[in-house]
Amino acid sequence: MSERVLVAMSGGVDSSVAAALLVEQGCEVIGVTMRLAGSGSRCCSLDDVEDARRVAERLGIRFYVADYADAFRREVMEPFADAYLAGRTPIPCVACNGRFKFARLLARARALGADAVATGHYARIVRDPGGGAPRLLRGADPAKDQSYFLFDLGPAQLAAARFPVGALDKDEVRARARALGLPTADKPESMEICFVPDGDYAAVVEALRPDAAPGAGDVVDEAGRVVGRHDGVHRFTVGQRRGLAVAAGERVYVRALDAARNRVVVAPRARLGARGARLAGTSWVAGAPPPGPLRARIRVRHRHAGAPASIAPGADGAAAELRFDAPVEAVTPGQAAVFYDGDEVLGGGWIEEAIP
Amino acid sequence: MRIYLDHNATTPLREEVAEAMARALRDLFGNPSSAHAEGARARAAVETAREQVAALVGARPGEIVFTSGATEASHLALHGLVAAPAARGRGLVASAVEHPSVAAPLAALAEAGRPLARIPVDGDGRLDLAALDAALAGAPALCACVWAQNETGVVTPMLAVAERCRERGVPLLTDAAQALGRLPVRFDRVPAAFLVGSAHKWNGPKGVGFLAVRDGLELVPWLRGGAQERGRRAGTTNAPAIVGMGVAAVLAAREWEARAARAAALRDRLWDGIAAKVPRVRRNGAPEALLPTTLSVSFADVDAAVLVEALDGEGIAASAGAACASGAATPSPALLAMGRTPAEARSAVRFSLGSGNDEGQVDRVLALLPDLVARVRAAGAGAS
Repeated sequence: MSERVLVAMSGGVDSSVAAALLVEQGCEVIGVTMRLAGSGSRCCSLDDVEDARRVAERLGIRFYVADYADAFRREVMEPFADAYLAGRTPIPCVACNGRFKFARLLARARALGADAVATGHYARIVRDPGGGAPRLLRGADPAKDQSYFLFDLGPAQLAAARFPVGALDKDEVRARARALGLPTADKPESMEICFVPDGDYAAVVEALRPDAAPGAGDVVDEAGRVVGRHDGVHRFTVGQRRGLAVAAGERVYVRALDAARNRVVVAPRARLGARGARLAGTSWVAGAPPPGPLRARIRVRHRHAGAPASIAPGADGAAAELRFDAPVEAVTPGQAAVFYDGDEVLGGGWIEEAIP
Repeated sequence: MRIYLDHNATTPLREEVAEAMARALRDLFGNPSSAHAEGARARAAVETAREQVAALVGARPGEIVFTSGATEASHLALHGLVAAPAARGRGLVASAVEHPSVAAPLAALAEAGRPLARIPVDGDGRLDLAALDAALAGAPALCACVWAQNETGVVTPMLAVAERCRERGVPLLTDAAQALGRLPVRFDRVPAAFLVGSAHKWNGPKGVGFLAVRDGLELVPWLRGGAQERGRRAGTTNAPAIVGMGVAAVLAAREWEARAARAAALRDRLWDGIAAKVPRVRRNGAPEALLPTTLSVSFADVDAAVLVEALDGEGIAASAGAACASGAATPSPALLAMGRTPAEARSAVRFSLGSGNDEGQVDRVLALLPDLVARVRAAGAGAS
């Protein structure tokens, strides 16, 4: 009997082709679009749902819409707002992919008699024929690689995961989509956070937590001297220069956010570098931390090329400390630090604080 | 072979209906409002259908206004009555379990400032008649009460409700979309002001329905334009669909009792099997007051949407809540009104039986369902 696979179809070209490739391989494919936000939000607008439905129809597969809007708001959107209000710069897509989407889709797959969940992510999985933990690699297309977003998938989730487009580059994906006549073949990319459609995340934070949005406060330098005013710490992120109303002089950047005192701390660019970082919520693709310190290349945000560092796993497994070989700019609390050995993802953690 | 257990969502078209419509689409292209022979032929067919539909519901042909379906018919009644001078400043009364096509326009009227009293139901979905009496005492402009609830199948004691409304002089709107063709629905015996029906619930086409309007009632049109339907509903008459509805009405009038008895026997067989084979289930709605077609079952710790998908994969069509709500996991308002928790309401699957079903199909469902429910429960997919 052919393998039954549930495919998360966003209505974009990548997951459309992922579904098509599995159909070609002879899998029995069930398409599911996750409805994550109320109508009007870009990520799961009715148009996207209808695009996914048309692709499923074209491929001749079953298709369903799964409503997770309540849980998404509770587990992804509200923590996103709270992180900003705490002076962090969250990356909700990581937590969403791992804990939120994969966990739910895998449960739904099993309820439907499927053992695998496929998505349109650009990442690759190498399975161990001996039954060991699968390995997670960057997508073959370096420009599209999305492995950063997947570091916290555990071994059980990876074992059930399929990334059919991970071995392709974007042009090949589009070419396949065109060849198959998929209606999403030339659909533009979505790059931003799905529930922040026009990049105005501050407005989203204020809408989610209308009573908690901080007001104006001081911009201070590292010595604590007031050098200007800001209109809410949630509007700033470490490394930012735009929007800082400070007296003219040396160019300054956001060095830190002090939510407790509603302060934005600025410094000249030379002071932005961090020698290390303390991490929380560290997880390892292999399932368990390595026995001792190890060397890896660390990406401290999605578009970061990576910096060589030593990682010292903490005693409890969840904490870890990074020491960069050379200072790294804009190491930002709330972002993920993901550990790579070449193309391979070893694990990652959440940046608690930068070590100056 | 698929097993279709979603007849409350819609029913398959009868062959006789399809043939009549195909003929009408080809031969009755004339506009029924036109003065020439082509128009007259189409008009004659429409008026025949009016007689056929009127006969099904015990109305006089002149009381039948054709619409695009039940939703439009309810809007015509609600807005048509509320806009009339006699209704000015008076409140509205409705059961707590109205179909969205009635509940939503009522909610909009309430939002615009019109007082709206909702009559509760008990844990089995039975209307609270004492609360109805109290609400009617306030001389509302209209009372809306669904004849048979689409999700649970609970049937309203419509004669009792209509008599109360008549005693108080309150016009009654009843949505009989689910009741027609399944229960004795008689506009001449139940003193309602308005009765709503939809052809596709009794093997007729989609996109056509009617409003029965008691003679002498003032009704402001909802769609304005031409003088079709005696000035009560503008828009070119959809002759082929109306012809199809007429044929379906003739068949339903002739066959409904046999269809209902058959559906009820299959429905009971299905429930008996589920109760015996699947642990932790609960039937929704007062068993003695249900549509013969309908079985609503809550499966504890099951997300009904997921179970419906699992059933679909085995060739069985059922529904979680109403078809209109698919995609959004909004718990059934009817079950919430019956005091179910949101989790309980989300765990309810509606099986609705009809003329195409037989015992073999029910037994096949019963053979598969216990394992499917166990699989959904084991996967923990109930926690959406």
